[in-house]
Amino acid sequence: MSLHPLTPKERTAIPRQRMPEHPPADRARNFNEVNLGFDSELAQQEALRCLACAHPKCVEGCPVGVKVKDFIELILKGDYLAAAAKIREDDVMPAITGRVCPQENQCEGACVLSRKFGAVGIGYLERFVADYERRSGQVALPGRLPPTGKKVAIVGSGPAGLSAAGDLIQLGHQVTVFEALHEIGGVLVYGIPEFRLPKQIVREEVENLRKMGVQFEVNVVVGKTVTVDELLQQEGYHAVLIATGAGLPQLLGIPGENLCGVYSANEFLTRVNLMKAYRFPEYDQPVYDCRNRNVAVIGGGNTAMDAIRCALRLGARNASVIYRRTEAEMPARVEEIRHARAEGVQFLLLTNPVAFLGDERGWLRAVRLIKMELGTPDESGRRRPVPIPGSEYEMPLEVAIIAVGTRSNPLVPSTTPDLKTRKGGYIEADPETLKTSKRGVFAAGDIVTGAATVILAMGAGRKAARAMDEFLRTGQW
Amino acid sequence: MQRTGSKILEARFLAPEVKWFRVEAPRIARKQQPGQFVMVRVHDQGERIPLTIAGSDPNEGSITLIVQGVGKTTKLLNTLEAGDRILDVVGPLGKPSQMEKVGTCVVVAGGVGAAIAYPTARALKGAGNRVVVILGARNRALMILEGEMRSFADELIVTTDDGSYGQQGLVTDALRKMIGDDHKMDLVFAVGPIPMMQAVAELTRPHGIRTVVSLNPIMVDGTGMCGGCRVVVGGKSQFACVDGPEFDAHQVDFDALTKRNALYRDAELRALAELLKHRCKLAEAT
Repeated sequence: MSLHPLTPKERTAIPRQRMPEHPPADRARNFNEVNLGFDSELAQQEALRCLACAHPKCVEGCPVGVKVKDFIELILKGDYLAAAAKIREDDVMPAITGRVCPQENQCEGACVLSRKFGAVGIGYLERFVADYERRSGQVALPGRLPPTGKKVAIVGSGPAGLSAAGDLIQLGHQVTVFEALHEIGGVLVYGIPEFRLPKQIVREEVENLRKMGVQFEVNVVVGKTVTVDELLQQEGYHAVLIATGAGLPQLLGIPGENLCGVYSANEFLTRVNLMKAYRFPEYDQPVYDCRNRNVAVIGGGNTAMDAIRCALRLGARNASVIYRRTEAEMPARVEEIRHARAEGVQFLLLTNPVAFLGDERGWLRAVRLIKMELGTPDESGRRRPVPIPGSEYEMPLEVAIIAVGTRSNPLVPSTTPDLKTRKGGYIEADPETLKTSKRGVFAAGDIVTGAATVILAMGAGRKAARAMDEFLRTGQW
Repeated sequence: MQRTGSKILEARFLAPEVKWFRVEAPRIARKQQPGQFVMVRVHDQGERIPLTIAGSDPNEGSITLIVQGVGKTTKLLNTLEAGDRILDVVGPLGKPSQMEKVGTCVVVAGGVGAAIAYPTARALKGAGNRVVVILGARNRALMILEGEMRSFADELIVTTDDGSYGQQGLVTDALRKMIGDDHKMDLVFAVGPIPMMQAVAELTRPHGIRTVVSLNPIMVDGTGMCGGCRVVVGGKSQFACVDGPEFDAHQVDFDALTKRNALYRDAELRALAELLKHRCKLAEAT
């Protein structure tokens, strides 16, 4: 028997509920969260739209298989805490994924309603129950199995490392997470800005893990401060998970890249988010003063949107996205592009920089751009952008942020001799068990796959945790 | 006062604004090699800055830092005493100095650059080289580590800009004289202000003397993650934090480094002015 009081036709007649948000003109000048979240009325309306399919495609569309249909049913029952617990069975950080997952390519993209009626707002609902749970102060922390006496080291405290830590601690192992920076969270704290993911949420998730028994050691650069071999041989760890991400900036290799005012997105975002440069001089770390300046980001992913929207909030006069393909090929979440545009970000599509031009002091003053057109598809299936000869022009620019992807971090592989890597320095790991070439060492997340999403890294972390548990219990490699 | 972080075991001024610290850091002490650095953050709202490790005692689990108070963070650091804690100390970062027996090494250290040059100079001696140290400062009061350098150096030349101690002149004057005298030198290692390192590079270049400098660009994370510290070496971008901080002086674009290091001058001056205004209050907060 269906819980739904409505017929399918009545359900599809309900429009997709809109996420309440701060008006663009206000929010474009501060770092407060843009989306305000559903209240229970909106959540009920949206949940009513779910057709409760016999074979829910949304679950298949989720990289970690969150039981979407079940949690939506619990929302309809009004049992929001149970709904949150249901999500937590597969996704330990729903308040985070509800905000940053590219739902349109995952659960919502697979939703049967997506084509004709607009997908059920699964991300919004996930966020709603996660926030409800947080505010209730009744986060149901899972229990722990009896101690196994096994010690696990996790290298990196981003999404992959944190989700693995959550599982391994429940399975009864002793877990220590090592982080190179001074704050836990990896890309969740240095990369994703406050207005998209409030840091308080990350801190709460970390606090939950701490309460469950996970230990955190900040300021430890594995590969430098201590090596993987030392962790295994001298510090008594029985297994190590490498979850260091793909955090190295990719630059363009065009003239003028070292001018003052040209940033990698990693540096710009680290200064603004982790080091809180937007609150300079209350915080000590500065960032180049964007006020009344022309700022552009090169790239079309979430990082690019994050960076340019930060620049806007730092007072940029003109904030532009320079992207060599069209909007359809942009890897960013649809919502981020929409938000950026509403806030006043300009999009220079089918455009690519060929050189940064400086003044006599070595500061950026302009960028030389070239128009592009789309040619034949490349290996990613996207049509390759081709420069149009003779279409070059100059645009005044004082701050440029390069957000064209990241590379693997070599610190661990270069100090762990028997760890096999593949092209680009990414660690080779079995796709099912995430075992590396070195006994006792597993790897998960972007350091294996190359830059991907928070939820994929979390999924990989959980997969690794299962395989690590088996290794720790059986000793079999 | 920070309640967490690395404990300062000993602290004393070596010269005005130049302070010597022995800091508890067992993991770093075990791993540290000459030429490496740590990233340091002094308080919760603080910035991250790189500091070269002047030495370490693996048995005691401590490292030595020498800090010249120039900006807000270094001045705050220099208010700390034994028993205080430094909130964050991360390392050892960067590539160690290349330590090989090459023959005669001339170590040129200007000002607080002596702190960076010292561990490398000593290690060069340990590797079996003849080591000549040229140690310079603006005046006698600012001269640091003279005794330490003298303890192992085969020859020590001291210069001051004002002639208040040793030879009057710049370290480059002493180096020029050595080159003019046809003094044998197989490697020059220079650390100090950028103009000094650049001048050393120009002195040795025509003679084809291998010259290494330790660069000090602005850094944020110190692990290769941000690229803020990129320097142009041999026409290519290199990250000083992971590819350096030591580079072939004849390949370094010092002009580009000078320009990039001026990037936050306004902000640095503003932060410093605020610090001096609220000095007492801030010192209490840390």
